[in-house]
Amino acid sequence: MTNSIPEFETDSNCFLIIGSNTSEGHPLIATRVLRAKQRGAKVIVLDPRKNQIGHWADVFYTFRPGSDVALFNGLLNIIITEGLADQAFIAERTENFEEMKALVAEFPAERVADLTGVPVEGLYTVARLYATQKPAAILYAMGITQHTTGVDNVKSVANLAMLTGNLGIPGGGVNPLRGQNNVQGSCDMGGLPNVFPGYQPVTNPETIAKFSKAWSSSLPTPNSPLSNKIGLTVTEMISAAGEGKIRALYVMAENPMLSEADINHTRHCLEKTEFLIVQDIFLTETAQLAHVVLPGASFAEKDGTFTNSDRRVQRVRRAVRPVGDSWPDWEIICHLAGKMGAGGFDFVSPQAVMAEVAQLTPSYGGITYERLEELGGLQWPCPTTEHPGTPYLHKNRFSRGLGHFFAVPFKEPAELPDQDYPFTLTTGRIMFHYHTGTMTRRSKKLDSEARQAYLELHPDDAQKIGLNGSRRVRVSSRRGQIELNVRVTERIKPGVVFIPFHFAEAAANVLTNLAIDPIAKIPEFKVCAVRVEALSGTEHRGGTDHRSGESERRTRRDE
Amino acid sequence: MEYHNVLTTCPYCGTGCALHLQVLDHQLVGVLPAKNHPISQGGLCIKGWNAHAFVNHKDRLQTPLVRKGGKLVTATWDEALALIAEKLSALKAESGPDSIGVFASAKCTNEENYLIQKFARAVIGTNNVDHCARL
Repeated sequence: MTNSIPEFETDSNCFLIIGSNTSEGHPLIATRVLRAKQRGAKVIVLDPRKNQIGHWADVFYTFRPGSDVALFNGLLNIIITEGLADQAFIAERTENFEEMKALVAEFPAERVADLTGVPVEGLYTVARLYATQKPAAILYAMGITQHTTGVDNVKSVANLAMLTGNLGIPGGGVNPLRGQNNVQGSCDMGGLPNVFPGYQPVTNPETIAKFSKAWSSSLPTPNSPLSNKIGLTVTEMISAAGEGKIRALYVMAENPMLSEADINHTRHCLEKTEFLIVQDIFLTETAQLAHVVLPGASFAEKDGTFTNSDRRVQRVRRAVRPVGDSWPDWEIICHLAGKMGAGGFDFVSPQAVMAEVAQLTPSYGGITYERLEELGGLQWPCPTTEHPGTPYLHKNRFSRGLGHFFAVPFKEPAELPDQDYPFTLTTGRIMFHYHTGTMTRRSKKLDSEARQAYLELHPDDAQKIGLNGSRRVRVSSRRGQIELNVRVTERIKPGVVFIPFHFAEAAANVLTNLAIDPIAKIPEFKVCAVRVEALSGTEHRGGTDHRSGESERRTRRDE
Repeated sequence: MEYHNVLTTCPYCGTGCALHLQVLDHQLVGVLPAKNHPISQGGLCIKGWNAHAFVNHKDRLQTPLVRKGGKLVTATWDEALALIAEKLSALKAESGPDSIGVFASAKCTNEENYLIQKFARAVIGTNNVDHCARL
């Protein structure tokens, strides 16, 4: 996030929430948005489903999944033609405005309405509100990024924020809400195939020299340089394993057998992997395929830090000892490195690891356990031990200098509905569960709130497929099929269906499309084509579902 | 009876709420919100309130497991780590470092992520290291 969560409550005068089910996925961020609304801030929500925060919005529209770029180009065009752009910001802080302007001129409101399903007057309402209620924050989640046009979508979001001068100010910004406790930190620490910690590129000779020197005792010979070849992403590694190009995979605390797109493909690849190591706290769907399973420790059983969505580094503290003979993951890695004869892994504590991180990572340079103890949290960039941390980014200057407007052409998703697969499937989370359900489905209260997967289907579509009071459907895509219960609801757009992806026994990702964004390599989880067939009877699998029936009734009342 | 609270960070989404784990006689018994925290301000969502609940679940893995004769069987740490070290070293010698891939994790700490990418890059010698940021 460019900005900070507390600013939403104190500074923002408008929110544009797109591709985020905020009140279910990030409930305490939604709370800030609603408190801001109470003091008069405007809330705009755009999503293929009328999610909960959509009910509370001042302005809400559904739009066709995958039409995001057309939608943004339409909004940019209206803001420019209505004279609502921030001319001073554009002149002083950006470049390439004219090229972007020429491209978005090809997106008049009527064409955008056709492409997205948002009515013309709706486009004007959204554009005018966002452009005039400064500071305005854009909040998004995987609804923006999990597309073959994920990078284009993010560029479009940045165009909108720059056009209105909503960057480098408190309460504004481009704010991807991070879905996992430490996904920000994992990226910051170089858990990515193209960068060392602190986003220092592996292709930069100076960076290679710096890390080769710092890690010399860990190298096979002190003078062997580190690789400057960009590595593979998770999705690419799994496919490479299926082709035999990758022979061993070491998977720490991750469950691709449920979280990857096209799980049948993932299974095929992992089964072909010559040597699969899985380190986790439960025998996940992925661990069941492993050759060696290592028991790691949970967050409550070890020390360390997590970095949240607003770049805040915070302490994780050990409360109890690890169960059985499980070990904290940092100790496992250090022991394994030692077994392989490597030096440089003789850390006595996570605190000692952070000291090395701070030495090699400029944005974490001022982060120490002593300061975290005193201050509670520190937001990077925090280059020195005197630095107070950075609540919002890009004040006065972007890290590259000028902000670059991109002219982003519109591209359709990789798979569109057709005669054989007439519905568009989109996936997401629900309030009570988290990602692949490994932890939440083993928590009694959360499990009792939502025991099984379901399909959201519009009443018109229920009639079309001849549901006739049945509660059970088979959903098929070109990649596989699942059976699950159905919830008929007007919150979903006709022609679109939704399945939460937490449930292994009716896994949405059996259906999803592995087509990836050419740059970010992110799979298109949010759009694929499916067929929905009614099954007779009200067969249940995996226990009763009385609670979900209740929440469905609650939702109907809300509507 | 011995009781204390431990202030920590929620393991679920990326909001970064703080919570107190309630520890009674070395066992987790519950969660309390943290009143003065800048993000959560004394609040938690239903997942946060239940953040302790899976920790002592009976399904927790308690020992390393190694596949023998098609089945995963209990092994010692020494045995499991020696097998991994031997296998990774052999594959690296035979097919090069890029024949090995490593997944970091958005569920693990910064320190653990730092160590595993250091392991991949320095000990194995590959940049094939990534995590579920896209999933």
